[in-house]
Amino acid sequence: MLLLVVQVDDHPAWLDAVQLARGLTDDVHAVLFDASRADELAKQGIKAAHVVEHDVLSDYAPEAYGEALAQLVGELQPSGVLAVGSEKGNEVMAHLAARMRAPFAANCTQISGTGRPWLITRIRGGGMLLEDAEMDAGCGVFTVQPGAGTGAETPSTVDQVDVRRFTPDLRDELARTRVIERTEREAGVSLATADVVVSGGRGVGSAEGYRVLEELAELLGGAVGCSRVATNNGWRPHSDQVGLTGTKVAPKLYIACGISGATQHWVGCMDAKAILAINTDPDAPMVTRSTYSVIGDLHEVLPAVIAEIRARNASAGTSG
Amino acid sequence: MSLDVLVCVKRVPAPGAKVPLTEDGRDIDTRHLGFTIGPHEECAVEEAVRLKERHGGSATVLAVGPPEVAEQVRYAIAMGADRGVVVDTGQDELDPQATAAAIVHALGELDARFDLIMFGNESADAGHYQVGVRVATELGWPIVGGIKGIEVTDGGVRLRREIADGSEVYQLSLPAAVAVKEGLNLPRYPSLPGRLKAKKAKLDTISWQPPPGGLRKIRLRQPEEKRADSVLLGHGPEAAPAVVDVLEELGVC
Amino acid sequence: MTDTSSAQRKLPSTADVVVIGAGIVGNSVAYHLAEEGWRNIVLLDKGPLPDPGGSTGHASNFIFPVDHAKEITMLTLDSMRQYEKFGTLTTCGGIEVARKPERVEELKRRMASAKAWGIDAELITPQRVAELVPFVDPSILLAGFYTPSCAVVDPLQTGALMREHAQKRGALTVSANTEVLDIEVVDGRVRGVRTDRGDIATETVVIACGVWSPRIARMAGARIPLTPAVHQMIDVGPIPELAATGTEIAYPIIRDMDALMYERQSGADLEIGSYAHRPILHEPDEIPSIEEAALSPTQLPFTEEDFDPQMEDALELFGSILNSEGAGVRHAINGLLSLTPDGSPLLGETPEVKGLWSAAAVWIKEGPGVGRMLAQWMTHGHSEIDLHGADISRFYPHQRTPAHVRARTSEGFNKTYGIVHPREQWTSERQQRLSPFYSREKALGAEFFEVAGWERPQWYESNRDLVDKYGVEDRPHEWDARWWSPIINAEHLAMRERAAMIDLSAFAQFDVSGPGAVDYLQRLCVANVDRPVGRIIYTPLLDANGGFRSDLTLVRLGPDKYRVITGGADGARDRKWFLDHLPDSGVSFSDVTSAVCTLGLWGPRARDILSAVTEDDVSNEGFPYGTAKEIVIGSTPVLALRVSYVGDLGWELHAPFEQGTKLWDAIADAGEPHGLIPAGIGVYGTTGRLEKGYRLMGAELESEYDPVEAGLALPKVKSADFIGKQAYLAARETEPAALLCTLTVDDHTSSAGIARYPQGGEPILTEDGERIVDSKGRSSYVTSAGAGPSLGKYLLMAYLPPEHAVEGRKLKVEYMAEQYPVTVARVGRKPLFDPDDTRMKA
Repeated sequence: MLLLVVQVDDHPAWLDAVQLARGLTDDVHAVLFDASRADELAKQGIKAAHVVEHDVLSDYAPEAYGEALAQLVGELQPSGVLAVGSEKGNEVMAHLAARMRAPFAANCTQISGTGRPWLITRIRGGGMLLEDAEMDAGCGVFTVQPGAGTGAETPSTVDQVDVRRFTPDLRDELARTRVIERTEREAGVSLATADVVVSGGRGVGSAEGYRVLEELAELLGGAVGCSRVATNNGWRPHSDQVGLTGTKVAPKLYIACGISGATQHWVGCMDAKAILAINTDPDAPMVTRSTYSVIGDLHEVLPAVIAEIRARNASAGTSG
Repeated sequence: MSLDVLVCVKRVPAPGAKVPLTEDGRDIDTRHLGFTIGPHEECAVEEAVRLKERHGGSATVLAVGPPEVAEQVRYAIAMGADRGVVVDTGQDELDPQATAAAIVHALGELDARFDLIMFGNESADAGHYQVGVRVATELGWPIVGGIKGIEVTDGGVRLRREIADGSEVYQLSLPAAVAVKEGLNLPRYPSLPGRLKAKKAKLDTISWQPPPGGLRKIRLRQPEEKRADSVLLGHGPEAAPAVVDVLEELGVC
Repeated sequence: MTDTSSAQRKLPSTADVVVIGAGIVGNSVAYHLAEEGWRNIVLLDKGPLPDPGGSTGHASNFIFPVDHAKEITMLTLDSMRQYEKFGTLTTCGGIEVARKPERVEELKRRMASAKAWGIDAELITPQRVAELVPFVDPSILLAGFYTPSCAVVDPLQTGALMREHAQKRGALTVSANTEVLDIEVVDGRVRGVRTDRGDIATETVVIACGVWSPRIARMAGARIPLTPAVHQMIDVGPIPELAATGTEIAYPIIRDMDALMYERQSGADLEIGSYAHRPILHEPDEIPSIEEAALSPTQLPFTEEDFDPQMEDALELFGSILNSEGAGVRHAINGLLSLTPDGSPLLGETPEVKGLWSAAAVWIKEGPGVGRMLAQWMTHGHSEIDLHGADISRFYPHQRTPAHVRARTSEGFNKTYGIVHPREQWTSERQQRLSPFYSREKALGAEFFEVAGWERPQWYESNRDLVDKYGVEDRPHEWDARWWSPIINAEHLAMRERAAMIDLSAFAQFDVSGPGAVDYLQRLCVANVDRPVGRIIYTPLLDANGGFRSDLTLVRLGPDKYRVITGGADGARDRKWFLDHLPDSGVSFSDVTSAVCTLGLWGPRARDILSAVTEDDVSNEGFPYGTAKEIVIGSTPVLALRVSYVGDLGWELHAPFEQGTKLWDAIADAGEPHGLIPAGIGVYGTTGRLEKGYRLMGAELESEYDPVEAGLALPKVKSADFIGKQAYLAARETEPAALLCTLTVDDHTSSAGIARYPQGGEPILTEDGERIVDSKGRSSYVTSAGAGPSLGKYLLMAYLPPEHAVEGRKLKVEYMAEQYPVTVARVGRKPLFDPDDTRMKA
């Protein structure tokens, strides 16, 4: 039996984890930290859901999450535990593995084998490289790289998920790493979830240069991103940085303006459905890897695009 | 309140647009590459130096790996760290369990006590996301990852983490550990006097071979790149109508 | 916008010329070829544009125009004019500073070069240095050499503009991201270039690939002898004082010569570069690809330990700003540049493959000028600036081997900012070519100097007792006496008194034969070669422009057979010139250099000595001056030439190489009763030659001067056509702009009260200390300098414009920042010593 931790931070890529788990066995159980998600599990072919309940788990608390999972694993003796390879998925699974004194493979794209050993493929450097590895573990601890699933529906014969309660024995001390305060981000489109990201690099030239990118992003209901060069030059805050050590994005369209496309940046935007590169250098890696390209100075191209959109909107307004 | 901080850094290759591999595929071909401290860890060093400057205390930097990790330890000293520790575990790449064991072992050997241990959230090359958690667990210390803000409070640290829809705050009592991310600060470049000081600094070296962990690398591969030819929409501002056509086609306009 | 996405780019299937490499050199070559009228030019680079990843993209981009070498200085000045024209040059001034007394002397020597080449410069005090660059600590300095015209340039922008111009002419196709896979060569000629974007048929290829050049040349079977080597650079900043200027560069660049490093402002940063570290050489095949490299293929990871000592030097000089709060090392690289065995560029058609041209090992400061000169060379066969010192065909085979390149570049790297004596000898890769006399010479305590790999005695310690005998004075200043000995003058006097034997085996010698030999040589030579068998013919060789290509000696050995004898230094270039003009049939050419050894025997007792070892008639009647014949010495057949470069009676004796030792011993034994001594090249190349006013290729003779100016015009012009004849005829009809003169130094006493001796390269000035420039813009400078022991004078040669080329005219020479009085002793060719040549015709 494989145990799938569905809820750590409600990351949408949990379906990728389901697919990898179902690829290994039909005997997949889910772990939930609140029962509300149980209904979605049947059509994924998940037979049982273990709802973990405890006062210490009232908000995200990585140590306590890890300890609770360790106790559940002790009780259920699964052959492996999987979670999404998100920041918090990796954090909680690291706590679980540390407590089990067991190995843990983060950000797997493939898992096979039976535990003696497990054969896995995982990503390194945010996707710059793939690593094939063996892991010796009675109970394997894994996270699954978002996007690693096939995307296809996994046939399910499960009608009704068997929902079980599990109350771990957690010392109050484990609340020491619990979230004590939350701040919602201000209204507006978030970089991580925007449909369109208008991103700028060295070619933008200055902090002021981003105004035209902001204008286009606003017009398209998108977010502004940037490369590491822009952050290091102090043109944009680090929260706008797309890339290995910034935010990974997967919008419908990524507009890369004056970005050459170093690996550190590429791994942050490569999951976009389409990339439009605007660059003066027709041979920049970002241009050659893009879906669409415009060769030219972004400070000439973007104003023209903005004007074109406005013109079409205006004529649509008058004719409609 | 003065703070004695330990920063754990890793020596990682600094690749360009493509990461070259050795012929047997087991390692990155580093013949033409320099080595560096990953961006997360560079921020950790910067933060440790700032904490020392602001609150007093000390900043120690520790690296596990071959003797060459001294280069990264010295770089951190050039940035302002006081003391450097090399945990020499030989040339072979360690798995995260072995790395954590080596750090825990070194902590036992050092005649120093720390209030705060800082890690990068994940290493720039391997990205195992677990060494800090394993060390903290062995020590029985609290640890939180993904941290982009550290504030020293009475007897503890207040930590800020950015999440998709806002931010979270944690309050940890000392001693504690924290795994930080780039964006925590803008690291300084080492000064020339700093470099000279680092060059002369005497490093503590601990040689120890940790027991191997359970994760064994077999080989590395380049990911396949789905490479379709880019559709050239045009040159300069004249391309605008074609661009807007594409925006409409993609349904984003 | 003319660039298109790589995927849509098509390469032409044929081209008039393919230039490989789009750094400053390749761009400049392509641009100037277009200006010269070439069309269908293709410029390729493996990397992207505008910065393909070579040395052009990371160079420090500053220009100090003054170099001791005229050729390099002229290329630099030409380049500066071009950068200026493209608006990519910013004048900022530059100061070379001295920390040590020897460097102060070197800066004084640089003053002479600055004046000789017409560049405004001045020696300044440390206080003045600190006024110009207020962050420098003057207390550790002794002096500065300030060149106000020093500048920084933008070679990437210049390259882009050059491409744009050539494209506007419709002459140029540019293809970036295009890798050359092979160069097709058929029968020793370039036929095409194979790339990953298609094949191009072409007869002409220019390799301008910097550090990759050897790799590309090898595809065609040619060798470009350079090695990639590391030059370390760091950027320290931000420095508030520099940021406050708000410009890229507001202060003069400092070259900290004794620390072998430089510091220049770059915006808010101070850029520090070093030539002080150990030589770090790379293999051209091992340079990472663009994708593999973290920064660029030629910006390799910084090796900190190599830079540490320089950091302390930099802190010492620039401590006030390098210690600035918040200033850090923002960028640090091991930048790659190209080093060659002798430090000069590699220009011209390769000797191995016709149509394959090299434009490699060029610095940013020379790039545009090299492009212009190479385009002229490719178009017309010659260039405005004489490029013999940079000609890639100057190297002999052993000098093109990787081992030689590595050894010499390792030795040469730290000379980049070093104090290099004009006679300084290499220590590595010696004993490559040894004459059969070598062991005898060594036993006599010869001091060996090298030319073209040959070990040649410069003087013999065995002659030291002659110094006292002839009362030769030593030179009191160490610099003047370095790589020199009073023994040279003593050997000279002994030769004039008795006789001397001189090893001349370094001559390059070719045999030319066949039914077409006469016509072939007539076409190359100014002199009529159709002279009786047995005649020795001295002749200049000209380029089409009428400038000197070579001067050499021919011996007519038979109706269809000649021996060509030329200097070792220029032998490889001459060989290429002869082979380039060889007809398809009717003439056979063979290089016999390694088969023949040569011993010179000169002096009043020469005939006595020679007649003692041969039964052949060596009397003046039996063996007149200017003839050659086969004689036998012992059992050694010898080709004897009755000529002299030193002005005394005697012969060049050419023998089979393997019988050389026997020849040496026979002459030495026979000479003993006559007081024969061995003499070195110090006598042959300098003292004897200068007393006789003989001109030396590469010193007096170069493509920028013609035979009329050099005083080598022959009385009659032969009827046969020859290369350069039109220009030669024209030169004979016009008043020469300058005439080669021999001058004597009237007073050697310096302000310190000791005798000083100019070494060559110094400016000749009017009595008022003004520079002398002829109507063609060429300045007067010392082409050769040396003692005339038999004249009791120190001699200088220099070209002077007619108004100064007057015997008895008083002028000055500037040496080490002091001026010495000189007198024009001779205008033209007539020797000062034995003007009627009675001694050698005796």
